[in-house]
Amino acid sequence: MSSQATYNYKVVRQFAIMTVVWGIVGMLVGVIVAAQLVWPQLNVYEWLSYGRLRPLHTNAVIFAFGGCALFATSYYAVQRTCHTTLFSPALAAFTFWGWQLVIVLAAVTLPLGYTSGKEYAELEWPIDILITLVWVSYAIVFFGTVATRKVTHIYVANWFFGGFILTVALLHLVNSAEIPVTLWKSYSAYAGAQDAMVQWWYGHNAVGFFLTAGFLGMMYYFVPKQAERPVYSYRLSVVHFWALIFTYMWAGPHHLHYTALPDWTQSVGMVFSLILLSPSWGGMINGIMTLSGAWHKLRTDPILKFMITSLSFYGMSTFEGPMMSVKTVNALSHYTDWTVGHVHSGALGWVAMISIGSIYYLLPRLFGQKEMYSVKLITAHFWIATIGVVLYIASMWISGVMQGLMWRATNADGTLTYAFVEAVKASYPFWTIRVIGGLMFLSGMLIMFYNMIKTIAGKKPYNAPVVAPMAAAA
Amino acid sequence: MSDFVNGFWNMYVMVLVALSLVYCLFVLMSNRTEKKVGGVQLHGNVWDENIQEWNNPLPGWWMGLFWLTVLFGIAYLAMYPGFGSFKGAFGWTSLGQYEDEMKKAAEKYDPIFNKFLTQDIKVVAADPEAKAMGERLFQTYCSQCHGSDAKGAKGFPNLTDSDWLYGGEPEQIETTIKGGRQGMMPPFAHLGADTIKDAANYVRSLSGMAADSTRAQRGKEVFMANCSPCHGQDAKGNTAIGAPNLSDSTWLYGSSEGTVTETITMGRQNRMPAFQEFLGDAKIHLLAAYIYGKSAGAAPKAETK
Repeated sequence: MSSQATYNYKVVRQFAIMTVVWGIVGMLVGVIVAAQLVWPQLNVYEWLSYGRLRPLHTNAVIFAFGGCALFATSYYAVQRTCHTTLFSPALAAFTFWGWQLVIVLAAVTLPLGYTSGKEYAELEWPIDILITLVWVSYAIVFFGTVATRKVTHIYVANWFFGGFILTVALLHLVNSAEIPVTLWKSYSAYAGAQDAMVQWWYGHNAVGFFLTAGFLGMMYYFVPKQAERPVYSYRLSVVHFWALIFTYMWAGPHHLHYTALPDWTQSVGMVFSLILLSPSWGGMINGIMTLSGAWHKLRTDPILKFMITSLSFYGMSTFEGPMMSVKTVNALSHYTDWTVGHVHSGALGWVAMISIGSIYYLLPRLFGQKEMYSVKLITAHFWIATIGVVLYIASMWISGVMQGLMWRATNADGTLTYAFVEAVKASYPFWTIRVIGGLMFLSGMLIMFYNMIKTIAGKKPYNAPVVAPMAAAA
Repeated sequence: MSDFVNGFWNMYVMVLVALSLVYCLFVLMSNRTEKKVGGVQLHGNVWDENIQEWNNPLPGWWMGLFWLTVLFGIAYLAMYPGFGSFKGAFGWTSLGQYEDEMKKAAEKYDPIFNKFLTQDIKVVAADPEAKAMGERLFQTYCSQCHGSDAKGAKGFPNLTDSDWLYGGEPEQIETTIKGGRQGMMPPFAHLGADTIKDAANYVRSLSGMAADSTRAQRGKEVFMANCSPCHGQDAKGNTAIGAPNLSDSTWLYGSSEGTVTETITMGRQNRMPAFQEFLGDAKIHLLAAYIYGKSAGAAPKAETK
């Protein structure tokens, strides 16, 4: 059945290992900024102050950890489901080294205070250009592989990966349009409310395409693989794909409720955010129902535990999101810790957990092993991570709702019941719980790092032979 | 509506929104499938050795939820602005809601504040109800700079003592809150570092702090020539222009020789914002009374330490 040619696992190995490394770095910075909120005296130097480290944390976890996970899994899945080796190995290698350079430049420039001031798009224009070059190469490698596939049908995971790659290119180019004034300073091409709208069109679609569509692609390959079960519904995957990628485009304005954004824009953003609920849940149903008939595997397989838990968090946060986009709810939740909790229920619960599960699946296979060095350690990682996420988001829900209620409470004479600082003071216990939750999640990553080193140390890198397509089994 | 600069953009938004809703409905309608007789089939393709797909129909409850949100969206856009420049059946605007809420709040709360407006500030300051209201206003609008205890910080005056940059009479406090204050001391770097050091030693000697007597001697001449126009020959300051008294123990930026030298060399810029437009007469009257009450009981500061 197998031909002589092998899959290109080298770039997958590189990205997979760096996923774990950047995960530790990004989450460590997260724990530091969380601790700085509890103990402000930890803001020691200006380049290690909260304002500089917070964008470093978000960039490191989204683009370094999440980005490397997406590169690794998409390169692996696209080769194997197209039954051909990766298109243009040289460009694939460039995407690895180019992306690492982007990450290192971010880790240097953000603490130094170089920023374009746009959330999740802080990197200055020279780095933006490098990102563009890497991303175009990524698209060539990915779509080149799809174009040279040996099967007629394109597997659903590849639609999601493809949609993610194309849209992120569009988002990056439009939102990062800027006018350079010096080597490390530029100004946005847009102004005022338009600039805010472009930023949050980008910002919410970064969530929708980078953190959702891309990771759904991951889910659609690794869940059926690990469960050894067929995907629940082909039709559902078609419908929720087209509904999801279309509807996400509209949702950005819900980040700008009750601002200078025109009323009609806010309404349209809210309406489509609500409509987004079903398309989002389509992925959760397809993932969880794929396990139907194999639930017993959850008892013994910690990788499946990670995957199913991630889908549960995905379902939770994609329910919470549309609810928070309702203006009445948003009036309470906006600018509070509730938003932070919501983001982390998606980022830790969904994105990180599906990545961790997938990387645990990948690592042994990339080194010719059957499984990780210790399955028990994967189980330990699962439980410490899950408890960590729950502590994190539960504390943020409580403090978020508390802050919202304290800010709007008024006395009989119409004056505010609480000064701002009183809400800050009341938040301390919950911020402390958040530090503990974050520390637990970080500890899990350290366990993973140890397990990874033990799995690959002394083992030869392995490149599996290309599998010939199987005749349709109808 | 100002954001629709011409009719085209109105149509553009309307058509896009309508098409998008139609698209969602189309996706739903075109994928209704009957449950196949004889059980669910595999879709046929096999990828990567063992990945396959069942051909399960869309879950009914899931489609119902999708329908519900789309129909809610259509209903919402019929009632609220969103469909181009169509104002919606309710005629709601965020500005309208804001003005309405403010009007209702004014009707409800203004009498509570206005009843103190005709009273003298000293009388208001002694009223316990007014004091409680003033404190709440202070915590909301003033504590960010002057501190929850009103004792200030570096660059932000202490409001609980009897020392006042612009005067501590009730009317003076009210004027300060209404119009804000622009504090400005010009830089004297042109005098040269050595001369400035002399002046700093003289200024410190005025409040009885350790100073080099030779330098202080020379510094007095520098002071009389450069500083006395604002701070006065006796260095007791001038509340008309906010020039601080330099002979007491109150220091807005600090009394160390280094800080005083920095103040003389670089000058100081300070600003308290104006609250007239934001808070209105009645609330400022209460705040002035509250602050007057805080300092009125304070013991006069010792002239020197």
